[in-house]
Amino acid sequence: MKILTLNFLCCARKTCKSSPASFPLHPKEASLEQIETDINALFIKNILPRLDWEAMKTLTIELGLPALPTEPPSPEALEDPDSGEPSQTLKDLHQLLMETSIESGALRCGNCDHEYAVKEGIANFLLPSHMV
Amino acid sequence: MEYMVRFIQMHEEFRRPELDAIAELLEIDITWVAYDENSPFAIIAINQADDPTAAAKGLVSRAIMVSAVFELWGFGDSYDTLHADIKDRSSHVWPSYQECSFRFEMDAYHSSHTHAQRRGIFESLSYMAFRGPIVMSTPNERFTIFEDYDLDSNVPKQVLFGRYLGEGGRKAMSTYDLKKRSYISTTSMDAELSLVTANMAQCAPGKLAYDPFMGTGSFPVSCAHFGSAVFGSDLDGRSIRGKKGRSVMSNFKQYSTASLYFGGLAADLTNSPLHTRRFLDAIVCDPPYGVREGLKVLGHAKESLQHEVILNNGMKAHLQADYIPPKRPYSFLRMLDDIMDFSASRLVNGGRLCMWMPVAGAPEDADGDTAGEQETEEYAIPQHPALVVVSECTQYFNKWSRRLLTYKRIPDEEVDAEALAAVQLLRLQLESNGHADLGANDLNAFRKKYFQGFKTPLFQQFHPEPRDQSRTPEPST
Repeated sequence: MKILTLNFLCCARKTCKSSPASFPLHPKEASLEQIETDINALFIKNILPRLDWEAMKTLTIELGLPALPTEPPSPEALEDPDSGEPSQTLKDLHQLLMETSIESGALRCGNCDHEYAVKEGIANFLLPSHMV
Repeated sequence: MEYMVRFIQMHEEFRRPELDAIAELLEIDITWVAYDENSPFAIIAINQADDPTAAAKGLVSRAIMVSAVFELWGFGDSYDTLHADIKDRSSHVWPSYQECSFRFEMDAYHSSHTHAQRRGIFESLSYMAFRGPIVMSTPNERFTIFEDYDLDSNVPKQVLFGRYLGEGGRKAMSTYDLKKRSYISTTSMDAELSLVTANMAQCAPGKLAYDPFMGTGSFPVSCAHFGSAVFGSDLDGRSIRGKKGRSVMSNFKQYSTASLYFGGLAADLTNSPLHTRRFLDAIVCDPPYGVREGLKVLGHAKESLQHEVILNNGMKAHLQADYIPPKRPYSFLRMLDDIMDFSASRLVNGGRLCMWMPVAGAPEDADGDTAGEQETEEYAIPQHPALVVVSECTQYFNKWSRRLLTYKRIPDEEVDAEALAAVQLLRLQLESNGHADLGANDLNAFRKKYFQGFKTPLFQQFHPEPRDQSRTPEPST
């Protein structure tokens, strides 16, 4: 599951929804994979305003990845002003969000401590009946 | 210049909405000059375009319901009026086509001609005085005479003439054909309508789509075909994982769109792990209809058994590696409402929800075995204050039908706040009733207040006259 997806996932329990601690989920014993893919500049440009940047920063620290800047890059920072080519900022974002994925491990809710297992890249958010 | 769109004569209700969705996405302003549900020939005008020809080609190139688009050179209700219109409309451009190689073709709907008849018709166009060579296989220009006949009629009711510009998007159907796909199941939707659905959802590069009932990924691969990034979830994780190298991922790899697939999750829509904020461009789904197999969500069927289970060895059951959470039956109508609520709170402004649902008439079983005790009930079009209905298109099978509903998320400023508060209050009430949602009273109260019947003004806007009286379902009392 690509790192980007984690920016949109929270605890599945209805009782946790009202607590800010339920987002983002905290990776535990996560094994990461790097898969080279073509840069999708238009997508990154569109999704950037929808990202929760604080959550993104928390995630990179918890995964031991290079730290992100304090503020999200502006749209202009994504392109080289002369050539229109993707900037280094864009390439770094691409590598983090799109090429890095969690292959296995768990995702822990900061509110209820429940852990969701990730196996073969697929996260399991199915809750036992007493948590529904 | 006006353009003639040559549609296929199937899935008629999908044709105009699909093209309208694409036009809106590509910001091409079109006007429907002529459209008839019973004819494959439609005429559109393209307004305020710098290059209308390029716009026309771009518009249809991804339309699955379109065979091709033509520059309209003339039309009429007879050959006499056609020739007069051709001279009127197009004579000023004939000089540009004097020298190029060309060929004429005939497209007769509900009729056919002998070679000699066709030749005669082509020769009647000699007043255009094209001097270029006639080349059959790859001419510079192709011109087509279109004839539209009523079934069993000898005389065409309409004839048109046009210059070929470009083909529609139907080639994609062959690429995505289920027979060639690496991983399918009984729930996989056919390529044609999955691609149409992705068009209705305005999937395009730079966008993010989500399917909460992903199954084997039919909708996600169609979204990715048009360049949208996509991810999905399903209550059944095995269906995402697949086996022996065949999985949702292997499908994306087959179509070389794996970079657009952001992953699959095992999840229940009614206990969704998706953060409650507005970030999706499209939600595309074919929810389980709950007739044959029984629609299920997380939870135990017996409310008394919804407690934590401790095994004999003192360990918690749900923490074991092989634990499978229990599921319970759920009402289809409530699921529709859950999808609406979910979509309203996750779609960005202008984002689209495309959802398939069954129509009354016969059981879900396509074999049409009406001896079964459960018939699909008549389901009215679900409503939500933040989602406006864009289109409703029905696919007719032999004894039943299903329809694609497309909604658009309107900006918060345009949402009726009172209606929204009322909907949310009712949802909370239903929630606190626990499993009592399966009671008929609760369902009826829900249905009466927030669902509208078949013969609503909105329904009539899309269906001014019943297409086929024998197929129109009777409203339930």
